[in-house]
Amino acid sequence: MSEAWGPHDVGGRTGGPVDLAEHDNAYWEWQIDAMVRLALAKGLITDFAELRHGIERLAPTDYDELSYYERWAKSLASTLLASGAITQDELDGKIDAIRRRQKIESSS
Amino acid sequence: MTDNEHEHDHARTFQPDHVEPTSEAARLGLALRELLIEAGHYSVDEEQAMIAAMQGASPENGAKIVAHAWTNDDYKARLLDDGANAIRELGFDLEPYEFTVMENTKTVHNVIVCTLCSCYPRSLLGMSPAWYKSSNYRARIVREPRAVLAEFGVNLSDGVEVRVHDSTAELRYMVLPERPTGTDGWSQEQLAALVTRDSLIGTQRELGGDK
Repeated sequence: MSEAWGPHDVGGRTGGPVDLAEHDNAYWEWQIDAMVRLALAKGLITDFAELRHGIERLAPTDYDELSYYERWAKSLASTLLASGAITQDELDGKIDAIRRRQKIESSS
Repeated sequence: MTDNEHEHDHARTFQPDHVEPTSEAARLGLALRELLIEAGHYSVDEEQAMIAAMQGASPENGAKIVAHAWTNDDYKARLLDDGANAIRELGFDLEPYEFTVMENTKTVHNVIVCTLCSCYPRSLLGMSPAWYKSSNYRARIVREPRAVLAEFGVNLSDGVEVRVHDSTAELRYMVLPERPTGTDGWSQEQLAALVTRDSLIGTQRELGGDK
């Protein structure tokens, strides 16, 4: 294979010390996790390979900068957009609604 | 957020004390979640049940399997021969993947990783620790396992061989740690209490005992 390694293919690279800090999932991370599992259970995605494929196609900067569940979110979004389960308009509209809601809550 | 708003918007984050994230990607995830719930693909109740199930899995499951193997040679042989079936034998629910249990001995130390993503035996160990999913662990544990293990406080002598097992979507691993000395006659419950998450991953080698 002549293709360059994807950003996910890190085995054998060099790196810094392992950060041993324990980290509990934030609630939204549990929600993303549950969403992915339910999307699989309900047949919205066919298997986890589909999701991993989406993660492996992330731009290297995205892969490095996004947190674990943020990568899942991006990958599931692109998978469901591609399959037609959701539309870009619906997604954009919902993102705007959440942003407005968060702005109101943060100022109240 | 008022209670009124909360009642009208069922897809909203349930508990008000859970702060919503504000990063773009996380917001994308929340938007997706709300869309799927509103379209009826799944319900908030199903989400809650799924989260509870995920939070319910813990390394105690793996510890019970280890304690069973430590006290039953026939079971241990089956576990090492065909991990998936031996684990199901004890009533644990494994997704349909192959499962291999690797035994630590005086001269062999095993450690698991998923270099490509984050495959992990969640039904037996619960949520994977953040470091398991980190690039540094995934990159280096296959390149310089002894150095990485030393960061976890595992200092292996030259006489101990290190075997690193790279998990896949279809094949998961768990380490069978060595039974500590001084635990003859202990009950399975007592033994299981010695087994830690990290010892099942292989980033811990010595377990307590004697007392």
